[in-house]
Amino acid sequence: MIRITCPHCGPRDQDEFSYAGDATRTRPADPATASAADWHDYVYLRDNPAGPHLEFWHHIHGCRRYVKVLRDVTSHQVLACGWPDADLEAAQ
Amino acid sequence: MIFGRIKDVNACRLPTGGEIDRRRALSFSFDGRSYTGYAGDTLASALLANGVTLVGRSFKYHRPRGIFSAGPEEPNALVELRRDGRQEPNTRATMAELFHGLEATSQNRWPSLALDAMELNDLAGRFLVAGFYYKTFMGFPGWHFYEKRIRAAAGMGKATTELDPDTYERQSAHCDVLVVGGGPSGLAAALTAGRSGARVILVEETDGLGGRLRSERETLGGVPAMRWVAQARAELESLPEVRILTRTTAFGYYDDNMIGAVERVADHLPVPPPHVPRQRLWHIRAGRVVLATGAIERHIAFPHNDRPGVMLAGAVRTYLHRFAVRPGRRAVVVANNDDGYRTALDLRAAGVEVIKVADTRPAGPSAWRERCAAAGIEVTDHAAVTRVHGRLAVIGCDIAPLDGSARPVFEPCDLLAVSGGWSPAVHLHTHALGKIDWDDGLAAFVPGAARQAHVSVGAARGAYSLSACLADGFKAGAEMAQAMGFTTGAVPDTPASDEPDQRPIQAFWAVGSGKKRFVDLQDDVTADDIALAHREGFVSVEHLKRYTTLGMGTDQGKTSNIIGHALMAEARGEPIPQVGTTRFRPPYTPVALGAFAGGDRGRHHTPERRSALHDWHAANGATFVEAGHWLRPQYYLAPEEPAGKQSMDVAITREVQAVRNAVGLVDVSTLGKIDIQGPDAGELLNRLYANGFKTLAVGKARYGLMLREDGIVYDDGTTSRLGEHHYLMTTTTAHAGDVMALIEWYLQVVWPELDVHACSVTEQWAAMALAGPKARDVLAAVVDDGADVSDAALPFMGVIEARIAGVPVRIFRISFSGELSYEINAPADWGTRVWEALAAAGQPHGLRPYGTEAMAILRIEKGHVTHAELDGRVTLDDAGMGRMASSKKWFVGSGMLDKPAFTDPARPKLVGLVPVDGKTRIPAGAILVADPEVPVPPGQLGPEKLGHVSSSAYLSPTVGHPIALGFVSGGPTRRGETVWALFPLRKQEIEVRIADPVFVDPEGGRLRG
Amino acid sequence: MAEYSVFSLIREGLSGHKGWIRAWRDPEPKKSYDVIIIGGGGHGLATAYYLARNHGITNVAVVEKGWIGGGNVGRNTTIVRSNYMLDGNAHFYEHSLKLWEGLSRDLNYNVMFSQRGVLNLGHCDGQMDAFARRGNLMRLNGIDAELLDREGVRKLYPHLDYSKDARWPIYGGLLQARGGTARHDAVAWGFARGADRRGVDILQNCEVTGFERDGDRITGVKTSRGTIGCGRVGMAVAGNTSRVAAMLGLKLPIESHVLQAFVSEPLKPLIDGVVTYGAGHFYISQSDKGGLVLGGDIDFHNSYAQRGNLPVVENVMANGLAMMPYLSRVRILRSWGGIMDMSMDGSPIISKTPVDNLYLNAGWCYGGFKATPGSGYAFAHTIAHDAPHETNREMGLERFETGYLLDEGGKGPTPKLH
Repeated sequence: MIRITCPHCGPRDQDEFSYAGDATRTRPADPATASAADWHDYVYLRDNPAGPHLEFWHHIHGCRRYVKVLRDVTSHQVLACGWPDADLEAAQ
Repeated sequence: MIFGRIKDVNACRLPTGGEIDRRRALSFSFDGRSYTGYAGDTLASALLANGVTLVGRSFKYHRPRGIFSAGPEEPNALVELRRDGRQEPNTRATMAELFHGLEATSQNRWPSLALDAMELNDLAGRFLVAGFYYKTFMGFPGWHFYEKRIRAAAGMGKATTELDPDTYERQSAHCDVLVVGGGPSGLAAALTAGRSGARVILVEETDGLGGRLRSERETLGGVPAMRWVAQARAELESLPEVRILTRTTAFGYYDDNMIGAVERVADHLPVPPPHVPRQRLWHIRAGRVVLATGAIERHIAFPHNDRPGVMLAGAVRTYLHRFAVRPGRRAVVVANNDDGYRTALDLRAAGVEVIKVADTRPAGPSAWRERCAAAGIEVTDHAAVTRVHGRLAVIGCDIAPLDGSARPVFEPCDLLAVSGGWSPAVHLHTHALGKIDWDDGLAAFVPGAARQAHVSVGAARGAYSLSACLADGFKAGAEMAQAMGFTTGAVPDTPASDEPDQRPIQAFWAVGSGKKRFVDLQDDVTADDIALAHREGFVSVEHLKRYTTLGMGTDQGKTSNIIGHALMAEARGEPIPQVGTTRFRPPYTPVALGAFAGGDRGRHHTPERRSALHDWHAANGATFVEAGHWLRPQYYLAPEEPAGKQSMDVAITREVQAVRNAVGLVDVSTLGKIDIQGPDAGELLNRLYANGFKTLAVGKARYGLMLREDGIVYDDGTTSRLGEHHYLMTTTTAHAGDVMALIEWYLQVVWPELDVHACSVTEQWAAMALAGPKARDVLAAVVDDGADVSDAALPFMGVIEARIAGVPVRIFRISFSGELSYEINAPADWGTRVWEALAAAGQPHGLRPYGTEAMAILRIEKGHVTHAELDGRVTLDDAGMGRMASSKKWFVGSGMLDKPAFTDPARPKLVGLVPVDGKTRIPAGAILVADPEVPVPPGQLGPEKLGHVSSSAYLSPTVGHPIALGFVSGGPTRRGETVWALFPLRKQEIEVRIADPVFVDPEGGRLRG
Repeated sequence: MAEYSVFSLIREGLSGHKGWIRAWRDPEPKKSYDVIIIGGGGHGLATAYYLARNHGITNVAVVEKGWIGGGNVGRNTTIVRSNYMLDGNAHFYEHSLKLWEGLSRDLNYNVMFSQRGVLNLGHCDGQMDAFARRGNLMRLNGIDAELLDREGVRKLYPHLDYSKDARWPIYGGLLQARGGTARHDAVAWGFARGADRRGVDILQNCEVTGFERDGDRITGVKTSRGTIGCGRVGMAVAGNTSRVAAMLGLKLPIESHVLQAFVSEPLKPLIDGVVTYGAGHFYISQSDKGGLVLGGDIDFHNSYAQRGNLPVVENVMANGLAMMPYLSRVRILRSWGGIMDMSMDGSPIISKTPVDNLYLNAGWCYGGFKATPGSGYAFAHTIAHDAPHETNREMGLERFETGYLLDEGGKGPTPKLH
């Protein structure tokens, strides 16, 4: 069972969290002017790398904070955790 | 003697020794016949003690089979244990502890174990080779015909169809060091780790500690090694941070050092004591793990090596020493390692006649040979058993020199002890993604680099000698404790053991020829099957496994996989590591579904949510229905009304009419309620909702529609502005949790700059809707201090705070039913008080509580949509709400609305539907077509589909005939046209007219009244 | 012995089975092929088979990084059905089901397709209404379907939980009697043998490491066994689609997730067909060998590891016991994990791509196995004609831009929910 370190609560089991997906995709900065292609890329496309993957987990049965996690999806090994705005790859 | 049975009680029990308690005799039965064993026996040892050697039938050929091992690796001795709701098929007799009254039955045979009709398969064996079924059964009369017979013949034991009367539970534990295995290495590791003060858990699969030492005659410093075990146990039990779990199998090694283990709390008892579970599933989160899981002995593939009486050599010693059972009278031993000698000497010491030891190695070790010579045991080097004789029991075997220098010699015997060497139990290591390496010297795969925080010790890494096991364990326990920050003392000296030096094993997998050289005993995979797989190109170990079913039995190939892989390597002419091995997967040994499910069964499968008003409903005739996790009143019956469909229809009509003509009261507590506060709360709502929220005034409510990022309608509800920076959002019951999570997502991740806090308050408020033309009269009668609830003071979509029966409440003038309606929120604990006050005040007006059924009819009459309409594929336009979307702002999903599919004029849109004949019900799920008689155009399978019926009111008491909501291509532009609602599942075709979805009060006069 | 029949089996049985030949050859790669199919799973092998059988294109290689059938075709719960609601899926899966019905004879390989029925249980009125809609659409699309009430379900499966203790009472069910199961490995091997016998080269242990390109065209596929020239390239590597697509700079509407599955110890016949639970994700059937084959949800997070964790295991078993309480003492023998291509609308992609001569077969979510023959058929057509077959017309990549999505579950672009 994966263990995720919530910056607020500390290390917790994965079943306290709800997975919230790829943390690298960015919502169009200006939603009012973004093109259909921008929205398509944001909503539908994923890098889906086999290796370290930046993702969000929602500590839904805990403090309800979203946690950013860098995790190797080939082994499930968690490499780093932080707040949503943390630059985890730089910290590696 | 009839076929493996001896009538004397415990005829094969040794006079002394063993861990059994001879003062506690236990009676048990096998195949209806009674026997006696002792406390400390397993079913297998007790059967052997009674001379029962035939215990089962193999999977495919139904060959007679005996007891092959003494542990979890047992491929043959599978029985049905217990009866009725406790019946357990495929139970390994070698792991079933004996208890008084135990009932066991052999399985997969008919009519009896000794005379099994399906043994015909054995005679037809030359045709039933690996994968034969892929090559035939394709012609007349078809696979279905053959499959029926094959299914009936396949399977092993019978599962019960009765309810399991026992309970299960799950428990979590954290520790610094988890030690898996209570043998010498595990005990040593637990000792050094435990002495440091670290939290240690030691799990051991069997009922006691000692591991292999329980099965051997080994000594340490001249005293029996089991005395050291007793001392170790006593010390561990004295350490407050050490917990020993016996009868516990660590079955899986999961991510981040989480080990799943199952404790058989009461399987050794006739029934679990009161309030004690049968089994307990442990989640053990360990800082470090020491894998002291031992090794598993394997056999050798020679002709008819499966006959009852052929037994692993290590198991022979287990039966001798741990159970004081003599598994035979005249024994032959064949081995490719020193254990053959050890076994022969132990048998001799127990009074068994040992005919011969055949050592497959060119030259055996001198130290052991001298001991054998002293005991009068004949040893033959470079020889092997080339055939076993006997059918229901071994009556002898042929031994031949491996260089072919002489003809095979028949040796009469009833026990053939086999050792093909040992395979370290690397299962957990590989679950944890650890690599395994081939060790030529040990002729086995041993653990390689670990990926998680664990280490393998002792036999589990191929260090088989007792001194090596102890040294390994002491060192690993200390290192693991240190790694967790504990200080350990000096690693203790390893007491000297007095075993002779080992001579290396020499790999030896198969010998002889002929079809019946079994590699996998349970699934009847032979050496010839491996050769066939090779011939046909199934040469990778995964293809081999899948094609021949090697290692697919209940034992998962614990004794056989490596033999099969080695034979494939031979056939391919490649070294074993190049051929590789299949991946081990949890569970290590089979685990009951009940143990995984724990307490999540029956009513406890998922939590049941009850509104704060639940007890009132129950006391007042409510019939409840599941709404997600919630239980909601479906309708209410008077005490004198019998339950049933007829009463239900009467009740629903009564409730609808009360709301339309007088007043009704419904519990809407299940709707999601989210309290939203902060200076940017309005901005947040304006982004989330498709319609505008900037202009919502304090004290006002507004209906809002929320889209997903892909532009599809997600949720709806009313949101009220309670203060300058304070809003209360309501969501549908189904999406209450998800909308909350979504708001948190936007606030924390996407728009952290918004200064807003949001909190779910669904459970903090009891919510009830008072609806009907008399609603204001009732409300006016109950509000304290004569609060003004007139249309002027509390207009449609107005919100006020007031008190009812002394309870502070919020009153929202909103309507789902289409009537004059107030939704009243009261603090949950005081909800019933408010509800009762409303019910009492409403009595003179004919107030009735109403349930979900009446609510559904009311909203269909009014054309209001719910999840039946908003099914995750519907756009705002589809739902007839396109004009609500603000064109002045962007909102979640707005960027998607111009897609071609969203503006396609053919999209089905929301309409009302009425039966042309004025009486036929229009069932939800019916499909709308223009004309059912139109011939099917080519390339299409049925008439062109225009849409479907989403919700149906079988009778609208207000309109006076059935009505429905649905989606039809073209939507409102087709109003007045007739189409057909087809329900081919029930052969129904109903002509329906497309109507306005709002059947009642389209102008909205009633709700504004 | 190349042809399989009861007679060849008897003849070989009498002569020690020495005459059987390899089920498929082990050739050296040629310099180039008209079509290279990447991925020796069920879909890739089926595609090669139908390229040869239907389109006469036999200069074809299937390149596989490991051994064929090692991906999801060899690690699924073997369910075959066509009980879909949306036209774009229904016609495709029904076509696939029809191919299943004649597959063993077509391939001369017994894939043990067994139509013992697929039953979905419903646990509330809303769910039964949704079943009615789907079942009616199935019938109008020429697919068999029956709507059962509680008693109808009880007649078929008398031992489900009909007691008052059931947390989610059984209201009824939707039955597709023509649905069933097949022997998963046999499907891969049967297609491999069939393709091989028509001249297709199956190249195992041949991992794709990159591509040679000339503008918008692929000219060669770089592999661990050398660079192989190609006319057209079909990619059928579900689970690893994004990895291979990334070599071409393509970003796709796909996430990879792990789905666990389980098998119990072998038991005498207990469950005849396939039954799915409606109050939680759970499906079960019994193999011809006697093992109960069961599964449930994915592990709900991106994963390329073919292994899962305990929370899902426990949830699956709890759902199993909620449906069939008597399974409590039945033991789980083995678990495994497969990597799913979870697409953004829960439906597959069989499509042309922005690269001229590259065709994509991906996004199978939980349900790729049943599609194997239909997928191969449609993909072969798409490659041969550079245009979709009528059954995969709605499965193109462009649907994510146009909005004509195939969202059976109505869950939107959240892959873990499909």
